Amino acid sequence: MNFETAVFYFFAAILLFAGLRVITARNPVHAALFLVLAFFTAAGLWLMLEAEFLAITLVLVYVGAVMVLFLFVVMMLDINLDKLREGFWDYLPLAGIVATLMVLEMVVVLGGKQFGLSAVPAPIAHAANYSNTKELGRLLYTDYVYPFELAAVILLVAIVAAIALTMRRRKHTKYQDPAQQVKIKRADRIRMVSMASEKAVSTEQISQPEK
Amino acid sequence: MEFLQNLFGFTWPVVWSLAKIVAIVGPLMIAVAYLTYAERKVIGYMQVRIGPNRVGFKGLLQPIADGLKLMMKEIIIPSGSNKFLFVLAPVLTIAPALAAWAVIPFTPELVLANVDAGLLYIMAITSMGVYGVIIAGWASNSKYAFLGSLRSAAQIVSYEIAMGFALVGVLMASQSLNLIDIVKGQAGGVFSWYWLPLFPMFIVYLIAGVAETNRAPFDVAEGESEIVAGFHVEYSGMAFAVFFLAEYANMILIATLVALMFLGGWNPLFDIAPFTWIPAFVWLMLKVGFVLFLFLWFRATFPRYRYDQIMRLGWKVFIPVTLIWLLFVGGMMQTRYGYLFH
Repeated sequence: MNFETAVFYFFAAILLFAGLRVITARNPVHAALFLVLAFFTAAGLWLMLEAEFLAITLVLVYVGAVMVLFLFVVMMLDINLDKLREGFWDYLPLAGIVATLMVLEMVVVLGGKQFGLSAVPAPIAHAANYSNTKELGRLLYTDYVYPFELAAVILLVAIVAAIALTMRRRKHTKYQDPAQQVKIKRADRIRMVSMASEKAVSTEQISQPEK
Repeated sequence: MEFLQNLFGFTWPVVWSLAKIVAIVGPLMIAVAYLTYAERKVIGYMQVRIGPNRVGFKGLLQPIADGLKLMMKEIIIPSGSNKFLFVLAPVLTIAPALAAWAVIPFTPELVLANVDAGLLYIMAITSMGVYGVIIAGWASNSKYAFLGSLRSAAQIVSYEIAMGFALVGVLMASQSLNLIDIVKGQAGGVFSWYWLPLFPMFIVYLIAGVAETNRAPFDVAEGESEIVAGFHVEYSGMAFAVFFLAEYANMILIATLVALMFLGGWNPLFDIAPFTWIPAFVWLMLKVGFVLFLFLWFRATFPRYRYDQIMRLGWKVFIPVTLIWLLFVGGMMQTRYGYLFH
């Protein structure tokens, strides 16, 4: 076993452990944090496959953004473990069927002749100056430019739709217009009043109300 | 050197890497300590005070006294807190702040790891710093800490987007993700540095950098007047100090990145005789020091932003500005004036 294989098994063990803890951890916050660990370890494995761009993007997007928002939501939940575990036995048959289906699919993919180790050989190791990032960018913006742009537009529509759903003006909310605030001049707020000076009033006169 | 190599045998690469890491982290920690001193002195003079002047000559030993004091203090773990995560949070905060330095070049040759995708690596690593803040707030089992961590996390995630777009501008101008190549692309005097063609992005990156590090005027995460000290209100002693170290290490990191990507890195101010005599490393340090001074200056000058103002600035001002400038730079590169943007 050379160094690379050892590193692979080390990462794979952490990934499996983290993945398992995601579904077994009692506390949802712990589960989410284990998912972060799983993503991070997966990124390490991708680095070993010379897919450094994908690995870094996985960390940047999923660990750095998606999971942060996910944690946000999970942390604000009022966690009641008893309630969470309530319907466990009711849902077990359905979950069992889904799990069996997934295992079967994995067997077809990993064990079949189409995708087995013999059908898909290991990728050729590239020289040190090979840039995975550059290759990926070239492919995305030349050969696959239409699917790529289409996906981008669909995502944009989804973003606009999500924002549109939350856009509602409540009647009693007060809004500020920063542009207006910046434009304010001294004359808009201050009025100079010239007053004739008044005669000083002694304190005794004030304290004694008129009879 | 060869003697050492024989001494350690096959473990030599590990030992050598560790030695290099210590050679970066050690000076960095000293820089952090003296940045706190500089901050107190600079702000002191700006407010017509003297600042620390009792410990050592002109107060020069103050940071060391502060460090000793914090190490002597007890680390109190609040009841009802999640102990493991409570202790883990400071570690998660400082780890990215230090790990990012792996790809930072100090001179054309002096770099721990000359990675091809260095810029991406930095973006990925710095985006993980927010976990320490979130976990610290949640694990403390305190409302103030939790509110602080929510504020901070939302702020960091928002400003990261504008920062990312500003970096895309740098990437377009230099046509490389490698930090050494980015600096080499700016060779030839102050007017070839990227701050000029990417001026809006330079400003956005600088301000977003202040917001990313939760520094004043964007320090609502620890707003003393509203939520006492935000996410680290329950921390004491060295655990608290680690958050502090991470904040200042991040400040130095952002300042170094600004110097490398917009202020020409180690390139001299002008490519003529008296300027080229100064060594590359000194030039870089001068620029980093300048940006750090700006950080301190901001803190002494501006009142704290309100939370909705921060969000508005990030989403409605910075992101559109960077996007429009990206389009502008991209368009100009297709014309015959494209050389101005490289």
